[in-house]
Amino acid sequence: MTEYVVLSAILFTIGCVGVLTRRNAIVVFMCVELMLNACNLAFVAFARQHGNLDGQITAFFVMVVAAAEVVIGLAIIMTIFRTRRSASVDDASLLKY
Amino acid sequence: MTFWILAPIMVAAALGILFVRKAVHAALLLAVVMISLAFLYAVLDAPFLFAVQIIVYTGAILMLFLFVMMLIGVDATDSVVETIRGQRVMAVVLGLLFGVVLVVGISQVTLGTVVGLDEANAGGNVPAIANILFSRYVFAFEATSALLITAALGAMVLAHRERLTPKQTQADQAAQRMRDYAEHGKHLGPLPSPGVYARHNAVDTPALLPDGTAAESSVSRVLAARGTVRSAPALADDIDDVRRQIAGLDGKSPAAMPETSGKAGAPAATEEDVK
Repeated sequence: MTEYVVLSAILFTIGCVGVLTRRNAIVVFMCVELMLNACNLAFVAFARQHGNLDGQITAFFVMVVAAAEVVIGLAIIMTIFRTRRSASVDDASLLKY
Repeated sequence: MTFWILAPIMVAAALGILFVRKAVHAALLLAVVMISLAFLYAVLDAPFLFAVQIIVYTGAILMLFLFVMMLIGVDATDSVVETIRGQRVMAVVLGLLFGVVLVVGISQVTLGTVVGLDEANAGGNVPAIANILFSRYVFAFEATSALLITAALGAMVLAHRERLTPKQTQADQAAQRMRDYAEHGKHLGPLPSPGVYARHNAVDTPALLPDGTAAESSVSRVLAARGTVRSAPALADDIDDVRRQIAGLDGKSPAAMPETSGKAGAPAATEEDVK
């Protein structure tokens, strides 16, 4: 069972680095999804480890929240793109000044 | 066994997301990770999550990603310029540290024997999940419905655009066409179709005007911009070709003409056209 959790940790780390390094808002978003998926894997693995289904239910709820989050996030990215003609996270920096 | 095949593929695909320049490639690599995850769920005795992972993640969420990518331009690539100096290096170092700490920490833990889900899944995985979902987690489930409705409304509000100018009706367009005709003499009718009087009626072949020159307005602007339209010199060669054939075929049957996209057996251009 440890190997599943290790894989989950590796995927989570890769997602983390992606969020920190990539500039395209959509790719950043994909990396967030990757992190959520990595957590789901750990949840499902621990559900099997402990022999009850609570972990699977939690993974299910994470998926629902991720779906809602993607809908709103992509709508925000599109709105920003409409006004600024760019999907780069560096261009949306007006609040800084 | 499945794990040891899928795990390297997943890690490689996830690393690919970090390095590919194009967002579409990242989406495809993410699809690989997600489908592999679905198979791992199946291995981990979670057939319901296996189906949900494929339907919701690869089916719905990734399609949404691709749709938005089409809307905001597929070929948009990342800029390589760093706005914060050393951010990339620091991010990679931090990520590596974090990963090493996580992996080392997890390997130190002994998890004990795996209980397995045979007992919990005795009556089938889906009924067992439904039992828990609609009893212990029913409140969370209801809250989820509120969340989904809020998300749908939020997406509608965000994607909605206020119309600043009145919508152009068909009557407006007709009036505009008449005005263009009166002021600039712009032709009222539809544009000529491609291929008229030319050797081919393909969309990349401009129509020929009575004097033998190509009609620019008969081919799509997109094709012209891509440079796939047959050029005027090529057309002139074609015309010369036809002229020679007609001269050589004088008095012979028209069926001996080479095959063209025109009517079967008919000459590609009549003598009047060529002259």
